[in-house]
Amino acid sequence: MSTTGPRVAEASASPDGDGRTGSGGPRRLWTALDPTKVVYLALAAVIAIGWVLVALDGGAFLTTETIVGIQQRSAALGIVAVGQTLAILAGSLDLSVAYLISLSSLVAAEVMEAGSVPGGVAAVIGVSALVGLVNGLVITKLHVHAFIATLGVALIIKGVLDHLYDGPAGRVPESFQHLGYDRIGPIPVSALLWAAVAGVAWFLLAKSRYGYRVHAVGGDVEVARLSGIRTDRVVVVTHVLCSLCAGIAGLLLASRLGAGVPTVGTDGGYDLESIAAVVLGGTALAGGKGGVAGTVGGVLLLAVLDSVFNQLEVNSFFKDVVRGVVIVAAVALYARRRTS
Amino acid sequence: MDGKGRKSAESSRLLRMVGITKGFLGVRVLTGVDLDVAPGEVHAVVGENGAGKSTLMKILAGVHAPDDGTIEIDGRRVRFGHPLDAQRAGVAIIYQEFNLLPERSVAENVFLGREPSRRGLVDAAAMIRETGRLLAELGEDSFGPRDPVKRLSVAQQQVVEIVKALSLDARIVVMDEPTAALAEHEVELLHRLVRRLQDRGLAVLYISHRLREVFDLTSRVTVLKDGARVACLDTAATGPDELIRLMVGRDLGSYFPPRSSAAGEVRLSVTGGGNAHVHDISLELRAGEIVGLAGLQGSGRTELVKALFGAEPFTTGAMTPVRPRSVREGVAAGLGLVTEDRKAEGLALRQSVRDNALLVARAAGRRVPALTALLERVRLSPPRQEQEVRYLSGGNQQKVVLAKWLVMAPDVLLFDEPTRGVDVGAKAAIHDLMRSVAEEGTAILMISSELPELIGMSDRILVLRDGRLAGELPAGVSEEAIMHLAAGEEDS
Amino acid sequence: MKRNLPIFAVLLVLLAAIALANPFFLEPAGFLAFVKRAAPLVILAAGQYFVIVSGEFDLSVGSLVTAEVVIAARLIDGNEDATWPVLVLLIGFGLLVGLVNGAVTTLLRVPSFITTLGTMLILTGAVFLWTGGAPVGALSQAFRVFGRDTLWAVLILLAVGVAAALLMRADFGRTLVATGDNERAAALSGVRVNRVRILAFVLSGLAAAVAGILLGGFAGVSAQVGQGLEFSAITAVVLGGVVLGGGRGSVVAAMAGALTLEALFTLLNLYGISGALEFTVQGVIIIAAVAAGAVRLPRIFTPRKGDARVAS
Repeated sequence: MSTTGPRVAEASASPDGDGRTGSGGPRRLWTALDPTKVVYLALAAVIAIGWVLVALDGGAFLTTETIVGIQQRSAALGIVAVGQTLAILAGSLDLSVAYLISLSSLVAAEVMEAGSVPGGVAAVIGVSALVGLVNGLVITKLHVHAFIATLGVALIIKGVLDHLYDGPAGRVPESFQHLGYDRIGPIPVSALLWAAVAGVAWFLLAKSRYGYRVHAVGGDVEVARLSGIRTDRVVVVTHVLCSLCAGIAGLLLASRLGAGVPTVGTDGGYDLESIAAVVLGGTALAGGKGGVAGTVGGVLLLAVLDSVFNQLEVNSFFKDVVRGVVIVAAVALYARRRTS
Repeated sequence: MDGKGRKSAESSRLLRMVGITKGFLGVRVLTGVDLDVAPGEVHAVVGENGAGKSTLMKILAGVHAPDDGTIEIDGRRVRFGHPLDAQRAGVAIIYQEFNLLPERSVAENVFLGREPSRRGLVDAAAMIRETGRLLAELGEDSFGPRDPVKRLSVAQQQVVEIVKALSLDARIVVMDEPTAALAEHEVELLHRLVRRLQDRGLAVLYISHRLREVFDLTSRVTVLKDGARVACLDTAATGPDELIRLMVGRDLGSYFPPRSSAAGEVRLSVTGGGNAHVHDISLELRAGEIVGLAGLQGSGRTELVKALFGAEPFTTGAMTPVRPRSVREGVAAGLGLVTEDRKAEGLALRQSVRDNALLVARAAGRRVPALTALLERVRLSPPRQEQEVRYLSGGNQQKVVLAKWLVMAPDVLLFDEPTRGVDVGAKAAIHDLMRSVAEEGTAILMISSELPELIGMSDRILVLRDGRLAGELPAGVSEEAIMHLAAGEEDS
Repeated sequence: MKRNLPIFAVLLVLLAAIALANPFFLEPAGFLAFVKRAAPLVILAAGQYFVIVSGEFDLSVGSLVTAEVVIAARLIDGNEDATWPVLVLLIGFGLLVGLVNGAVTTLLRVPSFITTLGTMLILTGAVFLWTGGAPVGALSQAFRVFGRDTLWAVLILLAVGVAAALLMRADFGRTLVATGDNERAAALSGVRVNRVRILAFVLSGLAAAVAGILLGGFAGVSAQVGQGLEFSAITAVVLGGVVLGGGRGSVVAAMAGALTLEALFTLLNLYGISGALEFTVQGVIIIAAVAAGAVRLPRIFTPRKGDARVAS
């Protein structure tokens, strides 16, 4: 494993089956589909099956209410997952997002209670950018594996949170709560925010030099370096952007809850769940391959599953089980595709 | 050495390297090497493995800094501290392993790290246009700028590297054994490409073992031997025989243990063995003999021993005692493989000498033997069992690999370049050891690119060409004979 | 052994500092109470070590600990006679979860990070699905004795420690480290790398089962009993100088890393740093320790991909 390029999944690419098996046949169609298409096909399938099941159950699946619900549920996770996509694409990952979300919600609520809404937003942006900067610098300059670096930063934030807060704190003014609850037609404002964040990230990845470099660094650090790319800088910028996404998610959650809550990030499991959504969307955990579109599909898939189960009034723990199975099965499928 | 026409030529030289000297850890690898190339010239650099070709090219590419000597481009003295410096000065080097991102498109790879931008955004259209233009100029229409690199063949990836060099405005292109991994028809295409580069006025330094292409393609040839330039000739004025003599014509001062005459019972035999890489292999290995395996790079030597061993098994043919389908079956059948790349395939570098030496025995569930005598036998010095192997010299590392197989008392030992990167003293020790192992009844098959070693050690020599056995040569045959057979030059 | 010295030195310093603030710590009862408290994490660290040294992660151990405790409480439900059969079942369950983790990771080639993350979700969901949302039932006295009684806990810890150390000296341990160090070389030496890795996950599952049994007795039944333990265990292992990515570090040092982490918590408590800020200190120390390790390691000895290419 390289000392600078954090590669979580690298070690599991086993060389003992160089995979010269299987050729042509029905596989071909399957290999022609990239994971992004697979996840959207799965999404369509889940919607169709869900529809049938809910209809058999005597309900109506695609009502305005459920559609809004799906969007509401996925917005916060979706925004974090967009940031996580950047980190994972660059060959890194971020385990500190959950605590950062809690911290951001508190910073927003406290500053907004004391003063202005713009001040609160600015403070969150400042705090989250700083956290991202620390993550990035610890990984690149101190050569700490991203897993440990961001886990350490997560613990640092957790300590600060536990030290300063026992429960919800601060107050978000009415005006800012529109963000969490308003909607334009069937589309909640929060979903628009998510779409905007995803759109910006997609634009950066597809159109900017930075995006090209993220792919290069995640694909092969050494090739990137030899091509004159300042790889450290790319990783640092990526972590700043990832943390900013977490900060935005924190703002959204604060607006929805009307206050800052020190457990909102961890209760939502945003750290591991965002990674799961990214991987579900077909981005390789080793980096260099994938994109925001897949992640959006992954998040939607999880949200639709949730919604179907809600309508069928399935036990919430059963949802976790299905979720776990879906994630592992999806990645296993992608792995199969690669070898064939 | 070769004074002809030097003064008049100098002014038109694009590249001039003078007196390049380089050592690693006190071992001198290059001694006062001169090299010059004119625009529009394809210049071959030939020499045996270890002659210093790669080091010389890496100095030109800015990977290594020379200890002494100067590099001039267009008459201006240059100093490269980093590969990017060389790139900016117009030097592009195409390694055998490409610097490409498989997940990205051809155009994205060509412009990696220097994407053209318009109003702050990457101008993808321009990238695709420019890449397409360069591909068209090279007459390459089998793939387009948008195709992902992972879908391309090795030959096509090579074209991408060439396009990258062109887009960098490189004026000097170094190609390191570009045809080693290519099939015959791909070689033709590559040669066409090289001529196009030549037509554009680029200087091409062409490293190759295949003499035929040296004569097909190049106008001058520089011969390196033991880190020094022994000749720089006009290709038209020389022939394969002279080149081979210049490359190998050293004083064979090295010592090899005496050959044995008595080959015993058959330890391994294959009839009609084949897989994706090697075809129609029939051979026998007998107790007590050392059989050499010769062939050019890419001829399938490594693939053949891995097939025998079970790591990349034969899919057809018969083999006794068994045709192993896996490494474990190979080991169980009494085979052992000393791999070419010690660090990637031979050793767990961060483990101790002891753990590495016992790895095979432990994996096979054998009782762990006492190592002291064995480590003395392979002459590991000092025989410290707890030392991590990454701190050992190449020679000592190889002795550990050897020990790991000798623990199993194998019937057949396969060696892939047993003395690569090993110093002279350790070399002799390994040679002695191989012979003594053979005398105890182990059959040995040895790949070596160093012809003197191959000739000095082998009781007979098999020659591979394009994945097939091209013939067998007796002990003590000449290097020229091997080269001719391996390169398919019997008639010249 | 020489390579492990730093962690033992740090551990000794911390223990000395604890003793300085609290002389009771020097008495057998005081020290053993500390060991008892540390036992579950040390055992988890040993299990996690096997997985990490083979180049993988096991994120499922925290939820597995919770699952074990919840299962035990529901099945025993205060019935003393059920203790031993349930203990056997718990051990079996731990082994099974490890087997599944290992098989999915190696045979289906799912990165272990994702495999064990999925297992984590599945376990938590399934167990509470079964118990109806919250832990039900109660543990028996005979069950609780393992985690509550100092002698039992210390003996179990010693047994696990000795077994882990012996295992790492045996063929399995050596081939496991070789696999984590250089999978190709191991495979070309005839090591069954998949099987070895699966065994590592099985051992981690076993360790989680044992840790769950101890924690059930020590901390009682709750839905949070295992929360975050996977990260604590990974932290402890890394603190012990074991490198993420595999092939390096000893199991004894990993266990010492867990003891160090516990000693750190104890010390922070003693010196009145609130229970909350101890996480912050923990975070800083982890990063610092790993950074120090990374910096001390000379770059020339950590061959990178590019080096091989440039050198050959």
